[in-house]
Amino acid sequence: MAIWSSQSQDGKELTIKIQGRFDFSAHQEFRDAYEETSEPPEQYVVDMKDTTYLDSSALGMLLLLRDHAGGDTANISIVNCNPDVKKILTISNFEQLFGIN
Amino acid sequence: MLVFDAGQDPLKVLIADDNDSDRMILQAFVKKQGHIPINARDGQEAVELFESERPDIVLMDALMPVMDGFEAARVIKGLAGENMIPIIFLTSLQDADSLARCLDVGGDDFLSKPYNRVILQAKITAFNRMRLLHSTVQAQRDQIILHNEHLMHEQEVAKKVFDNIAHPGCLQAGNIKYLISPMAVFNGDVLLAARKPSGGMLIFLGDFTGHGLPAAIGAMPTSEIFYGMALKGFSMQDILKEINNKLKKILPVGVFCCCCMVDISFRKEIAEVWNGGLPDCYMYRSEGRESEPMPSYHLPLGVLGGISFSAETRLYEMNHGDRIFLWSDGIHEEEDENEVMFGNERLMEVFDENTDPELVFEELQQAVRDFTGSTLQCDDHSIVEIQSVPEDGLIENVSGYASDYKSGPKDWKFVFRLGASSLKSFNPLPLLIHILMEVPGLRAHSGKIYTILSELFNNALEHGVMGLSSELKSSSAGFAEYYQKRQENLESLNDCFVEFELEHKPLECGGVLDMLVRDSGKGFEFSNEPKSEVELGKSGTYCGRGIPLVKTLCRSVLHSEGGCAVSVVFEWRIEG
Repeated sequence: MAIWSSQSQDGKELTIKIQGRFDFSAHQEFRDAYEETSEPPEQYVVDMKDTTYLDSSALGMLLLLRDHAGGDTANISIVNCNPDVKKILTISNFEQLFGIN
Repeated sequence: MLVFDAGQDPLKVLIADDNDSDRMILQAFVKKQGHIPINARDGQEAVELFESERPDIVLMDALMPVMDGFEAARVIKGLAGENMIPIIFLTSLQDADSLARCLDVGGDDFLSKPYNRVILQAKITAFNRMRLLHSTVQAQRDQIILHNEHLMHEQEVAKKVFDNIAHPGCLQAGNIKYLISPMAVFNGDVLLAARKPSGGMLIFLGDFTGHGLPAAIGAMPTSEIFYGMALKGFSMQDILKEINNKLKKILPVGVFCCCCMVDISFRKEIAEVWNGGLPDCYMYRSEGRESEPMPSYHLPLGVLGGISFSAETRLYEMNHGDRIFLWSDGIHEEEDENEVMFGNERLMEVFDENTDPELVFEELQQAVRDFTGSTLQCDDHSIVEIQSVPEDGLIENVSGYASDYKSGPKDWKFVFRLGASSLKSFNPLPLLIHILMEVPGLRAHSGKIYTILSELFNNALEHGVMGLSSELKSSSAGFAEYYQKRQENLESLNDCFVEFELEHKPLECGGVLDMLVRDSGKGFEFSNEPKSEVELGKSGTYCGRGIPLVKTLCRSVLHSEGGCAVSVVFEWRIEG
């Protein structure tokens, strides 16, 4: 498991990439990824291209990000999910809270 | 307790040497360093003094009369047990074998005579440092053991309280099979079941984020709300809304409850299901009728606050013999030795291959066991099977009703009329039951009274006010259509009412409860003539399965006012 984050040039978009299993062990790293930004971005992208699996605590971490990004007004998209990851997000109906594609 | 001296305090140093002058020199040296010397002339004396004086460090000659230093070192190390008592051999022996033997018998170091005083002093200091470190580690270890025992004890006590609150309700009922397998003392999966006052059954399977105590803690309010509201006859939607609000309020962001709740009416042979975040549950139908998954279509409980939360349920036909299966994702995520997950396909294969529905629950467990082999369970997991059966003979809730008060209202009458906007969103039954149960002794009959009132109310609302025909419900397609129409009609209600007129009169040991329900509908053709048993069993034109049931519970049932009113008399005696 490894996490990278990068902010766009204008600082408006923060992309967080998660590699491998996204579970409780990623807790601190994932938090650091969005808390340690120089200026608050307007938009967040969680890139799951290399994410193999996520568990319920990962769902919890996504909710924490959403809370950090403004709760109901948060603008977060989850992109490049593989079918397994997509299924877990769908079971929990997270498409009601996040843009998923 | 964990603070130790930094080595400044004088040490008790046991000196064992049979040579008087050597011993005297060592003694003077030790004294000069500020320590306390204890003198032994042979190994035997050294052992005796060790026991009586408990020195901190031993300086030992190897060759001595009575008992030599090797034997004495062995005995002293044995007596010291897990305490660290450094033994430094001071010996004139030079050969490697002898020096190695010093360490083999338990000595910590050696110095050949004649020894260098600076080195001996440095060794005493170094070994004292090690001794102090050892006792610190020892004390910390003891404290950890103590803490752990304390923690386990606390958890066990807490678990008792927890189990009393999150009690199994009516899980022992003959139509339920379940397996709950927690990873730790506390379970992050919660399984609750309660009989409804109207005779049906509510089942709740929840899976809180994580496992152990933090996951289990949310189960307590959930259980309180579930049993409290189920007992009072609240609908599944009301219970879900309440639990969701509570969890949203108390759980930190990121902790939530994936859950499936099922409301089974054994009489109507339907199941109402709400699934938020649990893997597809399964309706396993008997006799060749098609089985179907019951997917999650809501966010888990505790995520959305207030009005964003949807308690919308789905209806499924559930004839007697049909079975519902609920499971937490712990089952799907069980892994074999190659970290491959069990998954939904393997679960469905068990159903495909099943020939006797009675055995499918055991076959499921066996399939998971065969798959995982000897690997360790990695999450809490639960499976529940609920079968639809005829209602008679099912057990009531294990936790009984609260005891009755001696005093309470016995002779009273009231009228309660609900207009259109109340009918759209309010279920009057819990409120009415609450008032009725104030009558001393009547609580024992709450199930029957709930059934009567709910049948009369539903008839008044669905057939009276809305004018729906219960014949629709006789076919499978009509069944779905009926409930869809009911929902549409409910939303467009306008200028209508349902009225309850309830009167209670006490008898010597019991009472008579008159219940009249009136509606604003068109009424229907009725006959108050007694009917034959055969006719009672059939679904009549104006009354479905409800009225015959009410007739078995009441002294009399009479229609009046052109079919717009029905009054029943319920006579009861104090039980026990």
